[in-house]
Amino acid sequence: MTLFLERIISGINLGSIYAIIALGYTMVYGIARMLNFAHGDIIMVGAYICFVAVSSMSLPPLVGVLLAMVVCTILGVTIERLAYRPLRQAAPLAVLITAIGVSYLLQNLAQLIWTANPKSFPSLITLGDITLYTSASGASLRLTGTTIVTVLANIIIMIALTLFTGHTKMGKAMRAVSEDRAAAELMGISVNRTIALTFAIGSALAAIAGVLLCSSYQVLQPTTGSMPGIKAFTAAVFGGIGSIPGAMIGGILLGVIEILGNGYVSTQLGDAFVFAVLIVVLLVKPTGLLGKKVHEKV
Amino acid sequence: MSLLKVENMHVYYGNIHAIKGVSFEVNEGEIVTLIGANGAGKSTTLNTIAGLLKPRSGQVTFDGKSVVGMPASKVVSLGMALCPEGRRIFQQMSVRENLEMGGFTRPANEIDGSLEHVFKLFPRLKEREKQVAGTLSGGEQQMLAMGRALMGRPKLLMLDEPSMGLAPKLVDQIFDIIAELHAAGTTILLVEQNALMALHVASRGYVLETGRITLADDANKLLNDNSVKAAYLGG
Repeated sequence: MTLFLERIISGINLGSIYAIIALGYTMVYGIARMLNFAHGDIIMVGAYICFVAVSSMSLPPLVGVLLAMVVCTILGVTIERLAYRPLRQAAPLAVLITAIGVSYLLQNLAQLIWTANPKSFPSLITLGDITLYTSASGASLRLTGTTIVTVLANIIIMIALTLFTGHTKMGKAMRAVSEDRAAAELMGISVNRTIALTFAIGSALAAIAGVLLCSSYQVLQPTTGSMPGIKAFTAAVFGGIGSIPGAMIGGILLGVIEILGNGYVSTQLGDAFVFAVLIVVLLVKPTGLLGKKVHEKV
Repeated sequence: MSLLKVENMHVYYGNIHAIKGVSFEVNEGEIVTLIGANGAGKSTTLNTIAGLLKPRSGQVTFDGKSVVGMPASKVVSLGMALCPEGRRIFQQMSVRENLEMGGFTRPANEIDGSLEHVFKLFPRLKEREKQVAGTLSGGEQQMLAMGRALMGRPKLLMLDEPSMGLAPKLVDQIFDIIAELHAAGTTILLVEQNALMALHVASRGYVLETGRITLADDANKLLNDNSVKAAYLGG
């Protein structure tokens, strides 16, 4: 029982990270109607920036996180401006291939700057563990500080984004753009600026996810972001791409499924489980758990 | 004084020459209507003026400024609003949020006043303020689309087929509101397939046929023109 609960907790921990990454995917998809496959690599860049700030420059961890967020925001907006905006009217496939290209570019640049050798990421979270209970046999169920911070960060981000899209002028403008670009433009909403803002938010979140991911797994290399990126994309589709609560639910469920699959079936099959879930969801409910039916406008 | 002046405008969709040298103007305080059959280029003309499409050549001057090549979001802030064909309301947002989006370019302290004004014109919208816009009836959606356009306090209101798909009683209501807006000083450019109603409310009219203006006259003269009668007024 303790083992099971432990796995659920670590699944929620991993799932919270997926959820934060999935938010970036889902917001960019909802507003710019494109899959930004370079999103996972923004995570990696964020983690490296934080690593350099904390390990090499000896800055406090919080400053490292903020610095990573700033750098990733600038990076995300720059990528959108240079690589995606010129393709706004192009076929979706051209945009998708460009995104994959950007992904490889970022990985190779990281390899050039920081080499391919894995770095051991220092644990930035100094919060102590909490023991939930100790059983008679001496096994104890504990919540690590990292888990607590990760889950809290996820909850805060969710609440902040929900308030932002529901109650601020720019947040509502984002929803308007995601529903009908031309109509939004007719309201005086600049679609280009709204998309840039979406990339900024998504990339800042990716930086946070990067730091949390490496705090949990403590290894950092240029390909660190790619697998979590793809899984978070799966989570976004699972929850219903374009939906913010969907990204949250999809992320957490996926994290739990992966850890349980790893633990009870086979560590080699954990990833296979994740993608099997994606296939089943797409077969049964193609719009995802919370996805709305999208009417393609002519 | 002309508020909107279109000169020799040509618009293409790829290789298709949709608008072939259209020129017309709308003076301050007027209701001008563009009538024509399906595919004549009425909506294309409005979308180009609003900045959603770029003309290949020609000039569009609004309030003394050239708006050619300006993005639609900029044109709006000059005081031009387009209420698009098919209404294009934000279905998943509430009625109030839709209206707020209409006032996007306006200062925040103006919004409450504009909302009050729109709710006075369309009391039904007030009743449904919190409702999700996609659940409104067709007539209510048209009111919302018009109210949304008015939230920007436009000098020129362009209406694209406001009566489309509505029951006759609602069509009358929409046209009453158009007359009311005009009486309150709004300049209106109206595109309609319901030529009879449009010419009754307008002061001047233009007939558009396959991308060209073939007739331009006072609305009451067009109403009595034999070719217009035959083609657009059912005999």
